[in-house]
Amino acid sequence: MSMALLETKNLGISFGGLKAVSDFNLTIEKGQLYGLIGPNGAGKTTIFNLLTGVYKPTEGMAELDGEVITGKSPVEICKHGVARTFQNIRLFKDLTVLDNVKVGLHNNYKYSLLDGIFRTPKYFKTEKAMNEKALELLKVFDLDNEAQFLAANLPYGKQRKLEIARALATEPKLLLLDEPAAGMNPNETQELMDNIRFIRDEFDMTILLIEHDMRLVSGICEEVTVLNFGQVLAQGETAQVLNDPAVIKAYIGE
Amino acid sequence: MKSLLQKKSTRNNLITYGAVIVFYAVFQTLATTGSLKSLYKGLLVPICAYVILAVSLNLTVGILGELSLGHAGFMCIGAYSSVIFSLATHETIKSDFLRFLLALIIGGVCAAIFGIIIGVPILRLSGDYLAIVTLAFGEIIKNICNVLYIGYDSNGFQVGIKDSSVQLAEDGKMILKGAMGASDIPKDSTFTIGIILVLITLFVVFNFVDSRAGRAVMSIRDNRIAAQSTGINITKYKLLAFTISSFFAGIAGTLYAHNYSILTTKKYDYNTSIAILVFVVLGGMGNIRGSIIAALILTVLPEILRGFSEYRMLIYSVVLIAMMIYNSSPKLQGIKEKYSIKRILDAKKRAKALGENEKEAE
Ligand SMILES: Nc1ncnc2c1ncn2[C@@H]1O[C@H](COP(=O)(O)OP(=O)(O)OP(=O)(O)O)[C@@H](O)[C@H]1O
Ligand SMILES: [Mg+2]
Repeated sequence: MSMALLETKNLGISFGGLKAVSDFNLTIEKGQLYGLIGPNGAGKTTIFNLLTGVYKPTEGMAELDGEVITGKSPVEICKHGVARTFQNIRLFKDLTVLDNVKVGLHNNYKYSLLDGIFRTPKYFKTEKAMNEKALELLKVFDLDNEAQFLAANLPYGKQRKLEIARALATEPKLLLLDEPAAGMNPNETQELMDNIRFIRDEFDMTILLIEHDMRLVSGICEEVTVLNFGQVLAQGETAQVLNDPAVIKAYIGE
Repeated sequence: MKSLLQKKSTRNNLITYGAVIVFYAVFQTLATTGSLKSLYKGLLVPICAYVILAVSLNLTVGILGELSLGHAGFMCIGAYSSVIFSLATHETIKSDFLRFLLALIIGGVCAAIFGIIIGVPILRLSGDYLAIVTLAFGEIIKNICNVLYIGYDSNGFQVGIKDSSVQLAEDGKMILKGAMGASDIPKDSTFTIGIILVLITLFVVFNFVDSRAGRAVMSIRDNRIAAQSTGINITKYKLLAFTISSFFAGIAGTLYAHNYSILTTKKYDYNTSIAILVFVVLGGMGNIRGSIIAALILTVLPEILRGFSEYRMLIYSVVLIAMMIYNSSPKLQGIKEKYSIKRILDAKKRAKALGENEKEAE
């Protein structure tokens, strides 16, 4: 029997009177590649914000590996093993590509403030290990040659990939990707799909991704949930759900 | 490749240390051989203090990305706490060096403690709010110091905010006399000590920035939301940067105050806070070497311009504007990049590295 990594129970949030998400139930098993889709404004990003502690839910809860994570701060949730990327890219733009990933390594590679200021052997040893690990992650996304560029100077598609590399650096159990292919050309999207599959297989990662590109969703997601007006419209095996008339109707509108 | 570039940042820092040492060697020689006008000689210690202030404020403004208008307040705390210490121990600690060393530690630590105390509530604010609150803090500190009366006699210390509240015995001695401040301060500051303190400040700030903690601080500056989602404790690292920044402001205050025999609050008002901020902004936010150069030029310039009497402030403003334009215009920056020595050196190095790579490939 496989075990649920993420389980949400009646998760919901309202802003003022508006129910942005309600009764959201989702179970994701370890190692799954799961899609979250739905029209604009359906509440997909809001769910990511609930799962990462940016918003506190007004109803329900979410469990990661059997532990309640809702109500915790973003930092605590990150330490629990949830990492994410953002729909509108949020890189540390004045840091180098390498340093962006090294910020992700912050909690897993430690030395004290004084080690850093007085350059003790521990500093050099840890920094070296961090550089190696960061370059290894960058290599996955073919970014290792740009390691010393400022993040802001990367082309758009590479910025999206760097965000994923940074998220992976925190050694998460669950990776949340918010529209990773947005703004990418078909070639880049194809590469990205390979990258995502590779991460899942090589890092034993569980991935929940939001995406509008149906080719990507049907290409790599085993299961999907369709959200419409903050509620689950359909849930299940990707091919089946995408052929559901109710889903098609929600997407095309009337 | 990575080791090459890491060496580059280390090399850049070494150039800065080197420039400071050369500056010291030149002016120390000029001063001891008597070739330096006494006016400029008197500027040597203040220049060191301003450089420390600019570098430390750059930590808050450029590296952490928060606007602080109260840096002179921390300088004030350093100056007052250390001067009180020096005057109180003037007779007991005979070694000037030891006393001044302790005074520096006390000035820095007191300023750092205030940094923590006010940092905890105010670092939750950001942008304009933080600027306003730090401005107010600086003025409050200055005004408190302005009404403090402190004296001691054989029965111990007495502190009050009125002249009459400090009643000393025969053998008593006043240290602080309200708005009159303190006098007979031992002039322990020297150019040499000033330069050593500048080097220590640079060492700490450079190494801090290029470490795990420094990266965390800069990640908060660049994107707060992403930083916390990446597991960075925002409050901790903001407070850390702010405290280190306050500590060195306290050190600068101590250095500055022990350069004169009299201490009053006049120097520690918002004009000084703004002046330090101007050094940082003109030198380039986050650019430590720029801060040093701006602090140096803008401290010396008004003195050089004294000869031009009424045109002095006019020329000063024009220089300010010119530096601002130079720093913010991409075109001029482009020219600077193109003809900079750094670039030429880099190009050579790159060619060399390429050659080595080819060798490796063979
Ligand atoms: N902080 C907030 N305050 C008020 N309303 C909000 C807030 N965050 C989200 N909403 C609302 O919640 C709804 C869902 O927004 P959300 O960003 O989750 O949509 P989405 O499914 O990610 O859409 P898109 O595909 O365009 O990214 C929208 O109506 C939005 O206006
Ligand atoms: Mg969205």
